[in-house]
Amino acid sequence: MDKKARLALGAVLVALALVAPFLLYPTFAMKLLCFALFAVAFNLLIGFTGLLSFGHAAFFGTGGYIAAHTAKVWGLTPELAILTGMVASAFFGLIIGFLAIRRKGIYFAMITLAMSQMIFFLYLQARFTGGEDGLQRVPRGHLFGLIDLSHPLAMYYTVLGIFLIGFFIVWRVVHSPYGQVLKAIREHEPRAISLGYDVDRYKLIVFVISATIAGMAGGTKAIVFQLASLTDVTWQASGQVVLMTLLGGIGTMLGPVVGAFLVVSLENYLAAYAVPVPVVIGVVFVACVLLFRRGIVGEIEHRLARSRN
Amino acid sequence: MISTQLLFGQLLLGLINGSFYALMSLGLAVIFGMINVVNFAHGAQYMLGAFAAWLLLRFAGIGFWPALIVAPLIIGLIGIVIERLMLSRLYKVDHLYGLLLTFGLALIIEGGFTHIYGTSGQQYAVPAALTGGWNLGFMFLPIYRAFVVLASLILCIGTWLIIEKTRIGAYLRAATENPALVQAFGVNVPLLMMLTYAGGVALAGLAGVLAAPVYQVSPLMGSNLIIIVFAVVVIGGLGSIMGAIVSGYVLGVCEGLTKVFYPEASNIVVFVIMAIVLLLRPAGLFGKGD
Repeated sequence: MDKKARLALGAVLVALALVAPFLLYPTFAMKLLCFALFAVAFNLLIGFTGLLSFGHAAFFGTGGYIAAHTAKVWGLTPELAILTGMVASAFFGLIIGFLAIRRKGIYFAMITLAMSQMIFFLYLQARFTGGEDGLQRVPRGHLFGLIDLSHPLAMYYTVLGIFLIGFFIVWRVVHSPYGQVLKAIREHEPRAISLGYDVDRYKLIVFVISATIAGMAGGTKAIVFQLASLTDVTWQASGQVVLMTLLGGIGTMLGPVVGAFLVVSLENYLAAYAVPVPVVIGVVFVACVLLFRRGIVGEIEHRLARSRN
Repeated sequence: MISTQLLFGQLLLGLINGSFYALMSLGLAVIFGMINVVNFAHGAQYMLGAFAAWLLLRFAGIGFWPALIVAPLIIGLIGIVIERLMLSRLYKVDHLYGLLLTFGLALIIEGGFTHIYGTSGQQYAVPAALTGGWNLGFMFLPIYRAFVVLASLILCIGTWLIIEKTRIGAYLRAATENPALVQAFGVNVPLLMMLTYAGGVALAGLAGVLAAPVYQVSPLMGSNLIIIVFAVVVIGGLGSIMGAIVSGYVLGVCEGLTKVFYPEASNIVVFVIMAIVLLLRPAGLFGKGD
C-alpha cells in the first residue's frame, strides 16, 4: 500500500472507532480496545523482533492488579493508577526479560512462560490481590480529577485515547532506526551481532517497552471493568494473545487489532451457547498454524503485494 | 524443631512429584531431541493417560495392571495420528509453530474433557496388590508410592538405555544429527520420527496411569504440571536425557523440602531455581547451548 492509501485507511479506522460506542455496546467496544492494545504490544516482540513471549499475561495482569490497587486503596486518579500499573509491568519486564533473553527461540518461550507462572503464584498468594476473588469494585474515578468516567462515553473515549497512544508508541518504535535494528535481529541475529549491535540490549529494551504497553492495556481493562482477577495472569491468557496475533497476522501493524477483535467477539458470541470456548479457540489455533500462518492481515498484504508485481 | 514425620513425609511426596517431573521432562526431551517440537500437549496427554485408566475401569472393567499397557498404547496411537496429520507438516517451518500447534491441541483436549467431566476430580483406587504400607519406624511408607518411585526409575533408566545402547537408539541419535544422511543409509527417518513422537507421548500417558491413584483424575491435572516441567527442562537443558531425569527428581525433592521449611514459597521454588540456573548457566545444568 502506498502512503496515501495507508492514511485513508487510518482515517476510516479512526472514524469507525469514534462512532463505535453508538454501534456496539460500549463496554464491549472497550474490551476490544484493551485486548487489541495488549496484542499490539505482544506483536512488537514476536512480529518485529522474532521473540515469542509466552508469558505476556504476567504484564497484562500486573498492570491490572497494580492499577486496581492504587485506584481503590490509594485513591489515585485513573491515569495515575494506570501509570503505576505500567511502571510495575516495566519492572517485571526488566527482570523477566533479563533472564529470558539469555536463551533463544523456544527456550525463550518456555522461560517467559515459567516466569509468568511464578508471577501468577505471587498474585495468588499476595495479600492485596484478594486471591481467587480478585480486586473488585475498583472505582473508575475522574480522569485528571475532572472528567467523570462512570459515564460510558467518557470512559470509552478515554480508552480509545489510551489505545491510540499505545498504538502510536509501537508504530513509532517499529518505524524508527531502532526498529530497523530489531528487524535485523529478527531476520538474522548473528549478522546483527557481527555488525556491532549490542543485540541483548536491544532485545531487553524492546521487551520492557512491550511489557509496559501490555501493562497499560491491563491497567485500562481493570479500570473499565472495575476488576482485576487471576484470569488475566494465567498462561491460558498468555496463549490467547498469541492466538490473537497469529490469527490477525504476525508482524503486521493492524493484524493484532483484527485478531483481538475476532477472538474477543468469538468468545462473547460463544458464551451464549453450550459450546466449550477453549475447544473452539484451540481449533482456531490449530487451523491458523496449519493452514494460514500469515494470518488475515498478513494474507491480505501478501496478496496486494503479489498483485502489484 | 521440625518433626521427622513431616520431613520424611514431604521428602517422599517430593520424590513422587519428582518421579512425574522426570518422566514428563524425559518424554519432552526425547520428542524435542528427535523432531524439534516442544510438545505443549504433553500435560494434556498425561491427563489423557489418567482418564484412559479411569474410563477403562469404569466402562470396561479393565483394572490397573492391564491399563498400564493399554492406556499408553491408546495415547501413543493418538500421538501417531497427531504426528501424521499435523506435526509432520511443520517440520520445515520455524520450531515455534510446533509449540503453537501443540498448545492449540492442549486447549482442545483439556477444554473437551472439562466440558464433559467438569473440573472436579475423579477417584481411582490403588490396585489391591499395592494397598497398605510399611512402617519404617521414622515414617509410614505407602506401598503404592514406593511403587511409583520405583516404576519411574525403571522407566527412566530403560528409556535412557534404549537411546544410548540399542541399535534403534543409535539410529535415533544419528538422525538427530543428520537426518538426510541417515535416510540415505536406508533408515526410514519419517517412520522413526513418528515412532519417537508416539513413544514420548505414550510415556506421558503411562505417567498419567501411574498418577491416577495418587492424584485426582481431573481434566486440569496436566495443565499446571506442564509449566513446572518446562521449568525443569530449562534447568536440566532440553537436549539432555540425563538432565531431564536428574533435574526432575532433584527439583521434586527441593519442592518437598521447601514445603517443610518455607511453605509459602513451595509453589515458586522451581521457578526461582530456574532463574538462578539461567543466571549462572544459561544452557542448563546438562545442556550444550542453543
